[in-house]
Amino acid sequence: MHEWALAEGVIETALRVAEERGIDRVRAVRVRMGRLQQIDPDIFAFALGELVKGQPPRIRDAAFEFEHEPAAFECRRCGTKWTLDAAPEFSGEAPEALDEEEKEAIHFVPELAHVYLRCPSCGSPDFQVAAGRGVWLAAVEGSRASTGGDG
Amino acid sequence: MNGDPRPAAIARRLGEVGRIVAVSSGKGGVGKSLVAATLAATLADAGRRVGLLDLDFAGSSAHVVLGAARGLPHEDRGIVPPVVAGVRFMSLVHYIGEAAAPLRGDADANAIAELLAITRWGPLDLLLVDMPPGMGDATLETIRLLPRAEFLVVATASRMALPVVRRVLGFLQELRVPIVGAAENMAHGAGSVVAAALAGVPFLGALPYDPTIEDVVGDVPALLATPFGQAVREMMRRAGLG
Repeated sequence: MHEWALAEGVIETALRVAEERGIDRVRAVRVRMGRLQQIDPDIFAFALGELVKGQPPRIRDAAFEFEHEPAAFECRRCGTKWTLDAAPEFSGEAPEALDEEEKEAIHFVPELAHVYLRCPSCGSPDFQVAAGRGVWLAAVEGSRASTGGDG
Repeated sequence: MNGDPRPAAIARRLGEVGRIVAVSSGKGGVGKSLVAATLAATLADAGRRVGLLDLDFAGSSAHVVLGAARGLPHEDRGIVPPVVAGVRFMSLVHYIGEAAAPLRGDADANAIAELLAITRWGPLDLLLVDMPPGMGDATLETIRLLPRAEFLVVATASRMALPVVRRVLGFLQELRVPIVGAAENMAHGAGSVVAAALAGVPFLGALPYDPTIEDVVGDVPALLATPFGQAVREMMRRAGLG
């Protein structure tokens, strides 16, 4: 599961950020999840919960909060903007609908959208993923024991 | 705040990997993929635990050399690369087959980071990376994300290739990236042209030009038995890899 790999990365990165900022107790880690990567939030939350148990006290009690970001594209050739939810490739009814293996490929490497998705206006694979690509650490919140202040 | 979780995941994924060697050139068409894949199979044949990562997304061909069948790799808290000819092999081809992957720089760099973050190599003595031509995203991302990577440079005696290879070597030296050495591919003799042109870099040997090599591409035991395969084995020893 890709979720486990990303969960490991999120926890280690949050720990590094907390150390850099002198946060002694991480209260919350906010994670942005781009829709294109099709992360399973339940598996991701479970992975984070399991992996954080073995971490230093600084982060062990952190809550993980998810922000879901819709995926949006902009064609570099004709300028058309569209969203993943409106993409025929992700509509079960459309002839262009992707099969499970193709969706899984995008799940593992979101850039494979350029292999399997096309601009709905001009058919180009040369589009920009303007939003909602993948997993990103949005914020690390907590307190500093020395000052009692929030970080 | 840099909120990219992948560099941390990548360091962890490569935790049990010994040496990392990027097979590079700068110039296209010099046979990097053939050399990289043959070297990987030779190392496996010599009993080394070896992985091969194909980062040449636009020109993937290491799978052809190894004779890898298409199919989604096994998932287990990440992706476990299939073993082909004794080599743990990871390539975008597992996911897209022969479809084109038209990736601009940012997408190319993201795909490299993602592949490195999801692949579970497990314990390896050596990970080889088949690089695309040029000094673009794959080279820069390899240097950034795999700071332990050493470079093995493939050249030919062509007057078109040598200046490009020298440029790459100069760039790598400027960044203090370790260089394993340079090999001459498609050689007609002892490789003295490349050895002289790339003086200052360890010369790893001449890999002979063999017009019949196409006949054994995809058939690893036959490939390793050719004069080319034997020369790759000698190069492996000379480079201190096997």
